[in-house]
Amino acid sequence: MSFENFVSGSRFSADHFALLDLPRQQGLDSAELDRRFRHMQALVHPDRHVQAGDVQQRLAMQWATRVNEAYQVLKSPGQRALYLLTLLGFDPQVESNTAMPIAFLMQQMEFREEVMAARAASDEVFLDAAHATLQRDIIEAHQQLITLIDHQHDYKAAAELVRKLMFQEKLLHEINDALEAVTP
Amino acid sequence: MALLQIAEPDESVAPHQHRLAIGIDLGTTNSLVATVRSGMSVVLSDEKGHPLLPSVVRYSADGKADVGYAAEFWKSLDPKNTIVSVKRFMGRGHADIAHSETLPYDFVDAEGMVKIRTVAGIKSPVEISAEILNILRLRGETSLGGEIIGAVITVPAYFDDAQRQATKDAAQLAGLNVLRLLNEPTAAAIAYGLDNAAEGVYAIFDLGGGTFDISILRLAKGIFEVLATGGDSALGGDDFDHRVFCWIIEQAGLKPLTLNDTRLLQGHAREAKEYLSQHGEAPITVKLSSGEYVDLVLTTDIFTEITRTLVQKTLSATKKALRDAGLTVAEVRGVVMVGGSTRMPQIQRAVGELFKQEPLNNLDPDKVVALGAAMQANLLAGNRAAGDDWLLLDVIPLSLGLETMGGLVEKVIPRNSTIPVARAQEFTTFKDGQTAMSVHVVQGERDLVSVCRSLARFELRGIPPMVAGAARIRVTFQVDADGLLSVSAREQTTGHEARIEVKPSYGLTDNEIAEMLKDSFSHAREDASLRALRELQVEARRLLEAIHSALIGSAEILSLEERAHIDAAMLQLQNVVDSDDRPVIDAAMNALSDATNTFAARRMDQSVQQAFTGKNIDQITL
Repeated sequence: MSFENFVSGSRFSADHFALLDLPRQQGLDSAELDRRFRHMQALVHPDRHVQAGDVQQRLAMQWATRVNEAYQVLKSPGQRALYLLTLLGFDPQVESNTAMPIAFLMQQMEFREEVMAARAASDEVFLDAAHATLQRDIIEAHQQLITLIDHQHDYKAAAELVRKLMFQEKLLHEINDALEAVTP
Repeated sequence: MALLQIAEPDESVAPHQHRLAIGIDLGTTNSLVATVRSGMSVVLSDEKGHPLLPSVVRYSADGKADVGYAAEFWKSLDPKNTIVSVKRFMGRGHADIAHSETLPYDFVDAEGMVKIRTVAGIKSPVEISAEILNILRLRGETSLGGEIIGAVITVPAYFDDAQRQATKDAAQLAGLNVLRLLNEPTAAAIAYGLDNAAEGVYAIFDLGGGTFDISILRLAKGIFEVLATGGDSALGGDDFDHRVFCWIIEQAGLKPLTLNDTRLLQGHAREAKEYLSQHGEAPITVKLSSGEYVDLVLTTDIFTEITRTLVQKTLSATKKALRDAGLTVAEVRGVVMVGGSTRMPQIQRAVGELFKQEPLNNLDPDKVVALGAAMQANLLAGNRAAGDDWLLLDVIPLSLGLETMGGLVEKVIPRNSTIPVARAQEFTTFKDGQTAMSVHVVQGERDLVSVCRSLARFELRGIPPMVAGAARIRVTFQVDADGLLSVSAREQTTGHEARIEVKPSYGLTDNEIAEMLKDSFSHAREDASLRALRELQVEARRLLEAIHSALIGSAEILSLEERAHIDAAMLQLQNVVDSDDRPVIDAAMNALSDATNTFAARRMDQSVQQAFTGKNIDQITL
């Protein structure tokens, strides 16, 4: 391969899917993703270039950082959908777009209040149950995202679902914190 | 100078090029040094055959420092100048130290890190730790009979950035080239995993003298991937001793003790604890300097009762780490016990009950960390043998973030992110015409700045005046493979770039270290500048070797001019490498690095590209 190919063909600036040589879609085989991540790290990690000079060490660190970033995003179905939709030109704008169906917002608020009350009352049983329910909802949303993005190509609906999902993941985080606070 | 042939990444190194490297377990109670000899990791003993070096340093009025057993002798006789468990003070302020009122030292609260006033002057924990590291370095050099090119030093996984930086500074002060700061449980996992060809998810439960770590790892095909880590950097055997110490005082109804009696009783408390690991009860008989007698019996039941909350803390941290890893106990294949404090029966029992399996105790809990560190040092020194090859993927233990309005923390990198990691976050101005912004970097899990650890503060100046909210300031965090952070910030809307690099402020500056090196008794006989020259020459030769071998492997990706440019820069460095002119060698090294920038980048691309096109993935994956 000639050196000109490398000037234009760097994988470094490719998108996360291309970086790990995976199809650009929401449904991913997680075992395959793990395998590719490990394989890439085995190539680029700074520890694999210990004999090399500072320049290559620094490059290795940049590459390893890049691979970690891609893996981090692709491994989480919610982050993956957010990233994929943005690539497809349908940025869900989770930070700025707060327009949500009223019913959903009401339900989330109620749920959050119940969690806070359970935390105050150290109600581990309630928190465990809430955790399980929410986890189930989230997994269901992950499945729906595959259908909407990969099969129906309904990116607008998928973007709205991602916005909801971000709410739910945040709440799951709060339940985890609450569980941590109430268990000795 | 003849160029050495260095192997390509996937070839092995010829045996005669073996580079000497050591692994150091810098423990709260004991420290060890190990190395890989003929493919086997071994702990190096002192001339009397002791593998452990007690982490105790005693200063005398003449400025001399005794380390290890020689210092331990003075623990109760000269408590003010005999420092034990110095690891607990690394990167810590006075207010951070638990039970500091029962410690015999004369603390001096310095900015960032506490210091101790001794007869030999005011000493920082970094200097005290350097005394211990220096003895271990000498032990390594004597026993290996050659120049040590570098060391891997272990730190508790739960050490924050301040504690890591302090450890690295101590190593530098002791004249060690740090190949890597390695997390203790990860080191243990290497030693265990390689010894037992383990595959699957393992938990490493590491309870040492002063720190507790729990790490969950996935071991597969030579890759050690840390999934989550947790712990408490101020929880260890010392705290169990302290509970016994308090129990003795309460039971015997003792009045306030002298410093010497405090040390004496602390020693007896520790002995009683250790005795209970083998026996049902421990007699405690002490005659104090006041003439008072202590005559008590500590039973296993009482000991278990008074230390219950400590054990509970380790279990809570363990559950949290499992949750972070997204795993249940049923998915954990084995629990490896590390650290002397795991000898306590109630710990063994509690861990067994939590994981619903017998904990694994087939490695010496005192030595396993040092053995793993030596293996990693050997690998990082470039002594990889074919078929004996692995890669570590570790994480940061605590979230990193920035202070925002109202004393709140905005997390930038969440805990348990695989390192190296970089993350950027955008901020904006609060007032019209604001031209400077203060950036406060913190580490911790809480939402309030006041309860997180402050790592660094710096000001970004030269922001062009704009209306509030219009500026876009991008703050980038980069955590390297040692788990150490650097932060940069820049304003991006106008293309005006104000950029600053910070190293957290508690660490020592290079100048301070140079000063200390000059003053340091242990280095008095060595000419510091000669040492620096030798290190630079080694570094320069290493660079030449690396580029030479890279050119053999991938010459085809360079144009003729580029190749000529690199050749000229190599020749220039070769011509000056044996001179004693440091600035000239330095300049030639920089010129060579600059000349090879593009080449290195293309080479990395090439190897990645080939991985996906040329070879079959399974052949390359470790």
